[in-house]
Amino acid sequence: MSSKLVHAVYDDDDTLLHAVKDVKKADYRIEEVFTPFPVHGLDHAMGLAGTRIAVMAFMYGILGFSVAITMINYIMIEDWPQNIGGKPSFSFLENLPAFVPVIFEMTVFFAAHLMVITFYLRSRLWPFKKAENPMPETTDDKFLMQVALEGDEKKLMSLLKKSGAIDVSIHETEHA
Amino acid sequence: MYTFAQRLKITAFVLMGLGFIGLAIGFASAPSTVAEAQAMVADAHGGHGDAHGSEHNTHDAHVADTHSEEKNHDAHAVTDAHDQHHGDEHADDAHADDAHADDHHGEHLLHQLQNKPWAALYVAAFFFFMIALGTLMFYAIQRAAQAGWPILLFRVMEGITAYLVPGSIIIYVFLVLTGLHANHLFVWMDAETVAHDEIIQGKVGYLNVPFFLIRAAIYLLGWNAYRYFSRKFSLAQDAASAGDISNHKKNFRISAVFLVFFFVTESMMSWDWIMSLDPHWFSTLFGWYVLASMLVTAVTVIALVTIYLKSKGFLPKVNHSHLHDLAKFMFGLSVFWTYLWFSQFMLIWYSNIPEEVTYFLTRIDDYNLPFFGMVVMNFVFPLLILMSSDYKRSNWIIVMAGIIIVLGHYIDIFNMIMPATVGDQWFIGWAEIGGFLFFAGLFIYVVFRALTKVPLEASGDPYVGESERFVY
Repeated sequence: MSSKLVHAVYDDDDTLLHAVKDVKKADYRIEEVFTPFPVHGLDHAMGLAGTRIAVMAFMYGILGFSVAITMINYIMIEDWPQNIGGKPSFSFLENLPAFVPVIFEMTVFFAAHLMVITFYLRSRLWPFKKAENPMPETTDDKFLMQVALEGDEKKLMSLLKKSGAIDVSIHETEHA
Repeated sequence: MYTFAQRLKITAFVLMGLGFIGLAIGFASAPSTVAEAQAMVADAHGGHGDAHGSEHNTHDAHVADTHSEEKNHDAHAVTDAHDQHHGDEHADDAHADDAHADDHHGEHLLHQLQNKPWAALYVAAFFFFMIALGTLMFYAIQRAAQAGWPILLFRVMEGITAYLVPGSIIIYVFLVLTGLHANHLFVWMDAETVAHDEIIQGKVGYLNVPFFLIRAAIYLLGWNAYRYFSRKFSLAQDAASAGDISNHKKNFRISAVFLVFFFVTESMMSWDWIMSLDPHWFSTLFGWYVLASMLVTAVTVIALVTIYLKSKGFLPKVNHSHLHDLAKFMFGLSVFWTYLWFSQFMLIWYSNIPEEVTYFLTRIDDYNLPFFGMVVMNFVFPLLILMSSDYKRSNWIIVMAGIIIVLGHYIDIFNMIMPATVGDQWFIGWAEIGGFLFFAGLFIYVVFRALTKVPLEASGDPYVGESERFVY
């Protein structure tokens, strides 16, 4: 199967954003866009689905909340009952105010850390991973759009050149 | 230009009318003698006659873990500063002279029941005044921060702050009447109580009627002056020729100065008008706590008014992103309010010092439902309902959450003022509902009448384009 990618390089985020919209309109498939910084509205223009990480954050928060309650109930009430603030009631509910900061922190801790880990896994990022970036300049001041080469080659090339690309080239993909 | 919808105007007048009737019934049914007061309580509770004893028992049960009985009596006496002098007698020879105690108790009960309509009036008057004041601060923050997004909402905010003038006048008249002993809300104003109370005696330099009224006048004049000039410059900016932003700059400058003045006076206002109801008790973050309540209610009301106007086809340039931002503020400030509420509660609960902890003992013993119900309404509900980004963009969810938040913060103010003034004799009756309805009607009338005066969207501000293009 011939899978070729067209690399179009831009040097301005506004030009890139318009180009992305034009290419989408002309019904070509954008594989990926590499930018040195987040471009506002780019995900929308590329037609990417909204993130679901907020839902995960909520569930991680609930997990942290439950872990904290279980943990503190075991530590402070069951295993080694403590006299909290001169109120030796040994009841979880009556001592709840003292536990709220811990429960809060654990909720935030779980939500934040698990969310970051989830994000890395979903983005296939892990330590010592080789960079997938096809063009190192995109970490400096260039923007790169990868478009799948399907159909009329000349038409696509001229569309990309017209859209303000400073360079357009065709690349063979490494993995089929 | 907005024209005051006839139906809304009628609604405002009906609310005022109903509220006035409610307040009138509340005032008319307040007892004038000890016997009447005791009869009212006996009717309502049946055999509450020896309430004194049982009251002490509940308090004992709660503090008994750590404190001797003697201390409990002290603690109770501190709560009800009315009771102060005979509270001490109790501590000396608890219940030695029952007849004597009953007498004092009856008088105390009478004062509480006489306070009830006044306190209800005060809670409602302060609550709606606080919405206008919170909006004024929110507006000043946007001005001082040179924020771009809320320019289209400035006229709505200015409409809400229009209530500041009538609200200030009502509050000031109320405080003057209180200073003239028309009611017994502030115990430190009562010379006989002060004569028997060493703690209040130590505070007389600050807590005395003339200084109290002078301070109130300074706060109110300062706030109203800012409101007057910021509105003036804001309108002048719209009329100015293109490229002339001198009025915008003036507004920026006075807003920054106002914020400094406001944060100091707002703290002092909350000590004076609310915290001094419990003159033995103090909390260093009380000013912040009232501020949080004020801000979250104000932002909620801005959102509600904006949604109402949009639903009638006004404010065409205000988009979902503006409402989304307001909803984010509603959510964030609700959490902020909870943070302060809990910070105040936890420190006092933890240290368990009698003078401090009585504040929460009375609230948990006598005001259990409103005290914890308010936490559900002001924290749990907005937290869960406004967390999702999509929900923040849905008008009916903002309206529903907004109504709960507004009512929840009314109860918050209720919990601040009622325990010190009516004690365990509270209930949501004619005066409370009437007070709320009356001021709600007045608020709606004043705010929407102010909105008709000028175009609803500011046009001359240098950032207006940014606001129009605003996308979240």
